[in-house]
Amino acid sequence: MKRMIPLREMILGGAILVLLVLVASRFAGFVAPGNLANVFNDTAPLIILALGQMVVILTRCIDLSVAANLALTGMVAAMINVAMPGLPIVVILMISILLGAAMGAINGVLVWKLSIPPIVVTLGTMTIFRGIIFLISDGKWVNSHEMSAAFTGFPRAVFLGLPVLSWVAIVTVVIFGIMMARTPFGRAIFAVGGNPHAAVYTGINVGKTQFWAFVVSGALAGLTGYLWVARYAVAYVDIAGGFELEVVAACVIGGISIAGGVGSVGGAVLGALFLGVVKNALPVVNISPFWQLAISGSAILIAVAFNARAGRTKGRIILKSAEVPQ
Amino acid sequence: MTPHTAPASPPAVSMDMITKTFPGVKALDQVKLDLFPGQVTALVGENGAGKSTTVKILTGIYRPDGGTIRIDGAPVTFATPNDAADAGITAIHQETVLFDELSVAENIYIGHAPRTRFGLIDTAEMHRAASKLLTEIGAPFGSHTQLRDLGIANKHLVAIARALSVDARVVIMDEPTAALSHKEIEELYELVETLKAQGKAILFISHKFDEIFRIADRYTVFRDGAFVGDGVIADITEDQLVTMMVGRSVDQIFPTRTPNTGEEVLKVVGYAHPTEFAEITFDLHRGEILGFYGLVGAGRSEVMQALFGITKPSKGVCRINGDISIIRSPAEAVNGGIVYVPEDRGKQGAIIGLPIFQNITLPSIGRTSRKGFLKLAEEFKLAREYSERLDLRAASLDQDVGNLSGGNQQKVVIAKWLATQPQVIILDEPTKGIDIGSKAAVHEFMAELASQGLSVIMVSSEIPEIIGMSDRVIVMRDGRIAAELAGDELRPETLVRHAAGITTPTESALA
Repeated sequence: MKRMIPLREMILGGAILVLLVLVASRFAGFVAPGNLANVFNDTAPLIILALGQMVVILTRCIDLSVAANLALTGMVAAMINVAMPGLPIVVILMISILLGAAMGAINGVLVWKLSIPPIVVTLGTMTIFRGIIFLISDGKWVNSHEMSAAFTGFPRAVFLGLPVLSWVAIVTVVIFGIMMARTPFGRAIFAVGGNPHAAVYTGINVGKTQFWAFVVSGALAGLTGYLWVARYAVAYVDIAGGFELEVVAACVIGGISIAGGVGSVGGAVLGALFLGVVKNALPVVNISPFWQLAISGSAILIAVAFNARAGRTKGRIILKSAEVPQ
Repeated sequence: MTPHTAPASPPAVSMDMITKTFPGVKALDQVKLDLFPGQVTALVGENGAGKSTTVKILTGIYRPDGGTIRIDGAPVTFATPNDAADAGITAIHQETVLFDELSVAENIYIGHAPRTRFGLIDTAEMHRAASKLLTEIGAPFGSHTQLRDLGIANKHLVAIARALSVDARVVIMDEPTAALSHKEIEELYELVETLKAQGKAILFISHKFDEIFRIADRYTVFRDGAFVGDGVIADITEDQLVTMMVGRSVDQIFPTRTPNTGEEVLKVVGYAHPTEFAEITFDLHRGEILGFYGLVGAGRSEVMQALFGITKPSKGVCRINGDISIIRSPAEAVNGGIVYVPEDRGKQGAIIGLPIFQNITLPSIGRTSRKGFLKLAEEFKLAREYSERLDLRAASLDQDVGNLSGGNQQKVVIAKWLATQPQVIILDEPTKGIDIGSKAAVHEFMAELASQGLSVIMVSSEIPEIIGMSDRVIVMRDGRIAAELAGDELRPETLVRHAAGITTPTESALA
């Protein structure tokens, strides 16, 4: 495992570099450090959500409700800001994370206690969350002039050369790196996805682990909800519509096995960055948005085919002479 | 019982000198089996005698390595299950292989449904023919019924109707009564009589002696993959059949142990479950190997799962070291010092995707972490200690467990459990499906664990293993403890007698 995943990440990293070189040959300005920082900042929400989705997919589930969760939390944050302009941003952040986590907990409870397939649960809650946004907002927009300057300014504030939005993504990546590698929870996530039956006999509660995975994913969606609405300075029913599929795509491209148990933080981040570069680079070199979709789609298929091959060629080691490689 | 003389007609199917070898195991060794038209032949043997392999060869799932199958005297080979079906051989399995979401008629005719002249399925004709078959066998439901709405007994009827629909000449029934109620069994017997009257040759596989003697005309006995004998049921007694089944020779070598059992470690009193078992009371001492014997489905694994916190008993108390302990989850069982290595290899298997050391430390993670963070150095130390103890061969403990051979993966699993420093280890069918050499290694290891003071509960369906390894044996039957045996009482005949519920004790005749 230790050798295989870095290889996969190197290939993906290489693909991103090749893409950057190709774009730079047409438009050198794209690879200027300032622009790359912008691309990273633009991809930050995708990175954050992909990490949450990764945890869920590793436990053999899927969370299709992240974008709707983001939109609902964003709307609630915006409406709170309109009602109480003086409320500190820290409080708004706490509320967003807790609200997102609560929505994730709803998904988690339905999967854990009622054993409903995760794709069905989150398809349902996705629609319900969107519906709730419509109910609480009456379908109206919350526009930038209604929001306070502190509210919209936070994600854009520059700290050590990068916007806060980028820093939030970086901190999330670091926390997840530690969580997955060095905590019992991270280990349980891999165990549940790798062999749920063996996990049960090992004393790991499979349903509970999946529940917490949904809570984590929801909390990140909530956090992103505020950042998203504040950054674009607008909240309405359909923000981030269809974004959940982009999040799943980032995970799949990043080598997170949709069958669970296999994947890494590095892979999820690179998968998100790949999509971010494709999205930002292609318009610059005058390639139509349709090609952008085709390239993203091809990347998903190539990644899945590559992972399937990696799984297949392993095979069983029966020969004694082959038992101890190197 | 109807007395029968030698059958007048030649066998419909005969297997002669059939041999089947799997890597490391000779499943069948030159066996013979004859099935006569209009007669029920019971195939009798212990677990591992080769009954299932025989069924799979007859139905074309396996191809024999040697020997001949003859139908009406003409040699045949079955390249695929379809060939066997075309030859008129059909099987009704323990767990019926049918489709829950289809109607009864569709289940009966799947694969050979009547067609209209446009090549589409002729639904009207299919239901008409199905209804006729169902009436013939006296089924209390119609052809439009959804299969999922039927109970097991009625599903068997559908399987039988399916057998009739392809005009089967040979019907194989593999423990058909295992999941049926008393009344349903009676109805099945009647149906078997009907099939007999139609001249079908029936192969009936059962562990229950009462039903063998009730409906079979002939018997064939296998032991350890070899033919032992056959004949007419009327000419044999239950005792003689048991003796043929279990044989005399226990040619496996088991490690010699000097049982040195200490104080009571585990005491289970009156464990009960609404549907699976009742009145389970036993104790287990330090350094003891306690065997659990019984037929498949006697409730042994279910009791172990309750003990390990996977299911909840409705009644009963469990004491560990004299203290009442309530085990509600596997995690609590592991904390209480009980570990369970389940029967299913896939379930007990290593977690592919985690490296060796993480597999080993998974249940002990509480001891290798500080303040919620894992200490990799301590994990490596623990993993190294137990992998050395088990002589695990791997390039590095950081290696993916999926790259190890099966035997070494099993060592990883055992190392994982020993690292939790348990007091009681439950091994469910520890040697099922592994070759003789590996079996001896597992037995050796089990004896070593016991000598180190670990208490072992071994669930096994293999009589030589149960007798060779256990200090004491609990025999279960139909979810209850049928007997507790030790010392001189540990004889194959006694075990089979209690497990199968044979009440006539004529021990002297066997000794």
